[in-house]
Amino acid sequence: MRYSVQDGSKNPTFRNLHCGNQMAFQSIENTAKNIVGTVQDYSLFAWRGATNLFRPPIYWPDFLIQADIIGVGSASIVLLSGFFTGGVLALQSAATLSQFGATSVTGRFVSTSMIRELGPVLTGIMVSGRNASSMASELGSMVVTEQIDAMRALGVDPMRKLVTPRIFACVTMLFFLTIVANFFGILGGAAVTVFMNHQNGTQYFSMAYEYLRLGDIMQGLIKPIFSGFIIASIGCFYGLRTTGGTEGVGRSTIKAVVVSSVLIIFVDFLLTQIMLTVVP
Amino acid sequence: MTASAISADPNRSPAAGPEPIVEFRNVSISFPGNSVLDDVSFKVGPNESRVLLGPAGVGKSVLLKLANGLLCPDSGAIHLFGHEISQMPEKELFSLRTRTGFVFQEGALFDSLTVRDNIAYQLIQEEVADDEIDVRVRESLRFVGLEQTFSLYPGSLSGGMRRRVAIARALIHTPDLLLYDSPTGGLDPVTSTTIIELIVKQRDVYRTPSILVTHRLQDAFTMCSHRFEPAEDRMVPLPKGQYDVNTTFLMLSEGRLIFDGTLHELVNSDNPLVREFIE
Repeated sequence: MRYSVQDGSKNPTFRNLHCGNQMAFQSIENTAKNIVGTVQDYSLFAWRGATNLFRPPIYWPDFLIQADIIGVGSASIVLLSGFFTGGVLALQSAATLSQFGATSVTGRFVSTSMIRELGPVLTGIMVSGRNASSMASELGSMVVTEQIDAMRALGVDPMRKLVTPRIFACVTMLFFLTIVANFFGILGGAAVTVFMNHQNGTQYFSMAYEYLRLGDIMQGLIKPIFSGFIIASIGCFYGLRTTGGTEGVGRSTIKAVVVSSVLIIFVDFLLTQIMLTVVP
Repeated sequence: MTASAISADPNRSPAAGPEPIVEFRNVSISFPGNSVLDDVSFKVGPNESRVLLGPAGVGKSVLLKLANGLLCPDSGAIHLFGHEISQMPEKELFSLRTRTGFVFQEGALFDSLTVRDNIAYQLIQEEVADDEIDVRVRESLRFVGLEQTFSLYPGSLSGGMRRRVAIARALIHTPDLLLYDSPTGGLDPVTSTTIIELIVKQRDVYRTPSILVTHRLQDAFTMCSHRFEPAEDRMVPLPKGQYDVNTTFLMLSEGRLIFDGTLHELVNSDNPLVREFIE
């Protein structure tokens, strides 16, 4: 049987191709709708989570518990990752700088890199791996075992009781954890400079301190505020959207870690661009 | 238990108050690709216990969650204590929900809290004094016969004990409405009877209106054919031919309410779906 081009609807090959295209477009349309819907839901969720702090009831004991879990619990990993990152920076930079006879600026290189970029970003990603996952899995388990519904049935708002304390604890503690990471990063750089590269420690610390400007410190301390908000809000958001039983809890945990890590780096890029414009 | 609540007249209708505690008017709800409830209407009067029957997956639990605003319907109106809740903001619903007690299917106890803190959850949020909390928790635990579990964590309780703690949690605030979501689901017959005995005790001692969701017909019949005897502290059967008229039945099938009536009407129903379920 022959088909004309105009009569394509009768051609099985053309029809299959047409159906395939239609399904592909449908799939793209659904995916786009899902993404827009998720962004909209997240925006409303984050707004409610943040503004709840300014309206009673405020669960201060829950804030303290979360601050302990996030802050004290993450201190060791942040401290170690900061120390070794500073050490690696000193090793790498000294190797390159020695070619130009500029090993004396190792301290400046390490401190500026740690305070402006690596401290906030690495701390954000380390805390995200530890806490966004734990928040998503904890709240996800509560959803699938109806504990969230039970909380609502008992007249308690899960947003206020579970989400708001986590967001503010994470923002507060990430700020301090970043300072800890920066401090131990510079210390790690110093250890490598003195004990492995056999350079002068006083010169290292002098260079690390003298060339720091207010803009560098501001960049380093503003970024963790955003990262902390992203970690807790994304962790809670995906936790409370869990469906599909224990398998769903696993999916929520993965999404929370992946999305929060990528968002931290993306927001870091945006903030760096803005800060370099505002405080060059 | 007063004699007025027990009837030998099979056609006697349950006592109906001036204003229903819960009223569903043409309520429908669907989830993506799945219509769950379709045009459901019924009432729960004061002192009335309604047993919601139906096979698994017909929307019984969804209906119960709609009754205290945990879910919002797509269409129709739901009245709880005289308030229209289907469009009510969550913030306003919290105060209404504190007047209801909800017993979830698996208990839904908070794993990280002790039995004492689980039962007292609402009281702790209201900042009630610790001494008073302890007294009220012990009283609630005594009601369900689990005083020894005061300091234990839910993880160390059996399935039946968790349900009884969930009942104690629902009762501590002396609610105006009780919602039981399959409280005997997955339990052995002996434990199921213990749970039903507690529900009958609650019905006959406190006279709180309730909706009980179950797919177990024997639980429903036990509720109708027994009363709680305070002197003996146990459930006893009513004389032959008598049943509790304040306990009535609803039946769901494929999202539609196919039966609303008394035990007598249920067992004499001509509806083939009702007959199939009963038989």
